[in-house]
Amino acid sequence: MNDDTIICRCEELTVGDIRRACRQGATTVDGVKRVTRAGKGLCQGRTCRALVEQIIVQETGRSLSDMDYPNTRPPVRPVKMSILKGGDE
Amino acid sequence: MIYNTQVAIIGAGPAGLSAAIEIAKDGGQVMVFDENDRPGGQLFKQIHKFFGSEHHGAGIRGFRFGEKMLEDCRNLGVDIRLNTVVYGMFPDNELGIVENGKSHTVKAERIIVATGATEKPLAFPGWDLPGVMGAGAAQTMMNINRVQPGNRIVMIGSGNVGLVVSYQLLQAGMDVVALVEGLPKVNGYDVHANKLKRQGVPFYMSHTIVEAKGNGKVEEVVIAEVGPRFAVKEGTEKVIKADTVCLAVGLMPSLELLRMSGAAFTHIPAMGGYVPMHSKNMQTTNSGIYVAGDVAGIEEASTAMEEGKLAGIAVCKELGILDEADALKREAEVNERISELRIGSHGEKRREAKDEIIRRYDSWKEK
Repeated sequence: MNDDTIICRCEELTVGDIRRACRQGATTVDGVKRVTRAGKGLCQGRTCRALVEQIIVQETGRSLSDMDYPNTRPPVRPVKMSILKGGDE
Repeated sequence: MIYNTQVAIIGAGPAGLSAAIEIAKDGGQVMVFDENDRPGGQLFKQIHKFFGSEHHGAGIRGFRFGEKMLEDCRNLGVDIRLNTVVYGMFPDNELGIVENGKSHTVKAERIIVATGATEKPLAFPGWDLPGVMGAGAAQTMMNINRVQPGNRIVMIGSGNVGLVVSYQLLQAGMDVVALVEGLPKVNGYDVHANKLKRQGVPFYMSHTIVEAKGNGKVEEVVIAEVGPRFAVKEGTEKVIKADTVCLAVGLMPSLELLRMSGAAFTHIPAMGGYVPMHSKNMQTTNSGIYVAGDVAGIEEASTAMEEGKLAGIAVCKELGILDEADALKREAEVNERISELRIGSHGEKRREAKDEIIRRYDSWKEK
């Protein structure tokens, strides 16, 4: 993969950005997310997660079965704060 | 407000609806949530006929299954909430939902997660141009929204999704100008591939997409031959005029919600990557939470419906709605049908992968 190719469309991060994060020591999707913001956008990583995993595997030699599926947090779909705030008794 | 229900099901696709029917017909109280404006999941865009034996509904078009299940749900009084987003799973079997612009809490004795699958991405220069989309997205545009995704289509991937969607694109009046597959042979069923070949669709085996080019949208697609380990062979590039690239490179379970429940996952490539470990009764490592359908490992609508039944039966048994003997009898019937669905060269691989998921669950349980 070419360094200029976009990986996380929401946060506009490239292959090069993810590779750099790995070279700085990130070894998991959550690690890459903390360094780069990959997966923190509107889609919450639904599109880029699997791509970030591939790059981590290439860069670190780790296997997917040794890695964990990254953490997820509510809301999994974009929800207005006013709705969450006003909702429940 | 707070909804209290015996069973909450996330996803009104084949697995979720089939689980709901199984529970409601024994008198269990069920709520089903789906973010879409119509239920049925992917069934309603499947205009092709199903394969298999008669009692699996061979020869019936996908959307007819959906209509039948909806009718059953209505007759049984299943509470289906559409346009309702489940935005989070919380401890003690609680869900956060947004319905009609308001957030509510759902408290359930048991939860069945039937959130289905997501299309796998493929990154290449230009994959973020308008005109590059999942094959499933193209299918939704055409069969649900009645919009042509483009005119000249390059399909990446020759699995059944790639083949079936290509044929439907042709039927809807578009040109499939290339079908590109990294492997040396077609990945899906020959029946589907042969229909395309008879229509003159060019198949490029051992090829991959190198780049999508264009000014603000896809105008040209570069493909090339691949050698060992899918490395591009220099000098084999071909440029194809096209306005749409459909990616059909596989599906992966949609696990975002389930991850919040703490259910443990494991990695099984043949099932789409990360999958929740589950028992033969579809129970996850979080004992109140069950899974069914593609979220439990990528298969087909027919197996999803059977897994929905398994989850439904197991939940009914646990809630005391169904007695042990009846449950065992019904489980055996479902399992027999499932094993008939997991035969042949494609089915065999899925059966082995499913057995592996259950083995890993069992060894987790022993610890």
